[in-house]
Amino acid sequence: MWKFIVRRLVITFPQLILLSVLIFLLAQAMPGDALTGLVDPNIDPATIDEQREKLGLNKPWYEKYIEWVGGVFQGDLGQSFRYKIPVTDLIEERIVNTFWLSVATLIFTYMIAVPLGMISGRYNDTILDSSITGYTYIGFATPLFIFALVMLWIFGYHLQWFPTGGSVAPELKPGTLEYVLSRIQHLLLPALSIALIQTVSTVQYLRSEIVDTKQKDFIITARAKGASESRVYNRHILRNSLLPIAAFFGYEITTLITGTIFIEQIFSFPGMGQLFIESVLQRDFSVVNAVVLLFGAAAIVGALLSDIILSIVDPRIRIK
Amino acid sequence: MSNKLLEIKNLKTSFYINDGYYAAVDDVTLTVNKNEILGIVGESGSGKSALAFSVMGLHTRAKMEGNIFFNGKDIVNVSKSELNKMRGNEMAMIFQDPLTALNPLMEIGAQISETFILHRPTMTRRERKDRVIELLKMVGIPRPEYVFSQFPHELSGGMRQRVMIAIAIANQPKLLIADEPTTALDVTIQAQILDLIRELKATIESGVILITHDLGVVAEMADRVAVVYAGQIVEIANVYTLFKKPLHPYTRSLLHSVPADGQDKLHVIHGIVPSLKHLPREGCRFAHRIPWMDASDHEENPILHEVEPGHYVRCTCYKNFSLQEDESKEA
Repeated sequence: MWKFIVRRLVITFPQLILLSVLIFLLAQAMPGDALTGLVDPNIDPATIDEQREKLGLNKPWYEKYIEWVGGVFQGDLGQSFRYKIPVTDLIEERIVNTFWLSVATLIFTYMIAVPLGMISGRYNDTILDSSITGYTYIGFATPLFIFALVMLWIFGYHLQWFPTGGSVAPELKPGTLEYVLSRIQHLLLPALSIALIQTVSTVQYLRSEIVDTKQKDFIITARAKGASESRVYNRHILRNSLLPIAAFFGYEITTLITGTIFIEQIFSFPGMGQLFIESVLQRDFSVVNAVVLLFGAAAIVGALLSDIILSIVDPRIRIK
Repeated sequence: MSNKLLEIKNLKTSFYINDGYYAAVDDVTLTVNKNEILGIVGESGSGKSALAFSVMGLHTRAKMEGNIFFNGKDIVNVSKSELNKMRGNEMAMIFQDPLTALNPLMEIGAQISETFILHRPTMTRRERKDRVIELLKMVGIPRPEYVFSQFPHELSGGMRQRVMIAIAIANQPKLLIADEPTTALDVTIQAQILDLIRELKATIESGVILITHDLGVVAEMADRVAVVYAGQIVEIANVYTLFKKPLHPYTRSLLHSVPADGQDKLHVIHGIVPSLKHLPREGCRFAHRIPWMDASDHEENPILHEVEPGHYVRCTCYKNFSLQEDESKEA
């Protein structure tokens, strides 16, 4: 078991290195740099060039890459050109927000997907199943950014049940109960918006797994043993059907990242996604690099988690 | 109390296909006595398994008519919970394919223990484990303590079928249904599994229904044999009579299709078993597979005739029947 996890961890290193090279090259390929549009156009171009030289912007890409990676290893992600503060400081407050938003979204996603998928799979081809499947099709067809705007408009603006922006009410102090509650309240609407849309693939997946599993021979064995229907479903069918869902978990994290990028923008939620869009627009490359690197790392860690979870729940793929 | 363990009367099990119900088991009447092995033989698709599933109540979407008396009690229309009390307890079943019949995510020990959890709720964890290991020993599994915590994929097909048998006999059922228990296994393992079933039957003195399409297995194992064709019993007799003096054209064709010494060409029965939807529902169902017979040889509504005590044959066509090679299959 531990051997498997260690081996799986070793594989992730080349993935991360490749990822960092790719991100760096992509950022370099983007037109303009931090000085574009930032400086007074009346300044002599020679002075700007001098400034570029001084900041190391004229070095070949591999030198810049090595410098950057060296910094990353020391926990230094560089300096934000825009905010004039270290990127790590900039990210630090945002990453916590995005982390909790993601956790809340995942909880909602599975809270919706598991019961709906179970009902839909167990009573397949009934009206109940059709309505659930209908919802999943609508979910697939609805773009997240439109849906989020509608949610914001109804629950934030009209009904005013939820705040329409930010991650916490401004006057509260960290550490108090009100502070925590306010943060949760700010999380709910964006998290629910992502979950309601992104859960549909998991619902369909679970449904088809259950429909598939319930025709397997070992289910007949369970019935022949005298197990009641609820026991057959809970003990035998559900567990076997959840396997692929566990494998899906890593992918879920990847889609979550795309989700948060849209959502944070719409709900003006100060997280990584919002920071990402802002820095791309402002060509703040050190920030873009850092954010994309973290997103990529999250996706890789997600895949790693999937494999580990799968190896725990499925005895067939445990590597001896 | 009589010797009858299971009495099936005019059982009709129908499935819904597209536009209506079609009977896969049609008007089956038979009995299984205590401490007896009843063999049921027939081609694939003749309704053998459908019959076994009917007895166990394992059909989820079928219409069942008629009666199945188990120990004198009709179990066709009992409630699900009552049925669950009997399944795995008083009657149990061994399935065809041991490779798929075990839950891939559960340890062997847990899968056998489940029958105790369901039917012997007073047993402690410790008692269950002891009993499971005893069972594993009984069905001939080496190192039972080790196998207890293994998963199905770690065992061979023969071992998995032994586990299935252990599950079936865990609560010493009065009726054991073995649905082609050796079909998925290779020949040497087949013999071991059959020996095991016979031995266990003798120890727990249960009635056994052995479903197979292998006439050799029937000859070796069964006390009485029912031959099934197209959902109906066409002949039923004790095993000696059936093999010495088979009457029904189908039985005779089947027996003639088994390779024997000094035979250079195998007998092939004309045609195939019609699908459930296209079964002839009137007249002799075997008629179109013996096309050289005259229509007047068949009965209009074939019934089982008792030709000798305990030997029943359906339809009158057996009287003038002679085997003929199927010419259409030549060339």
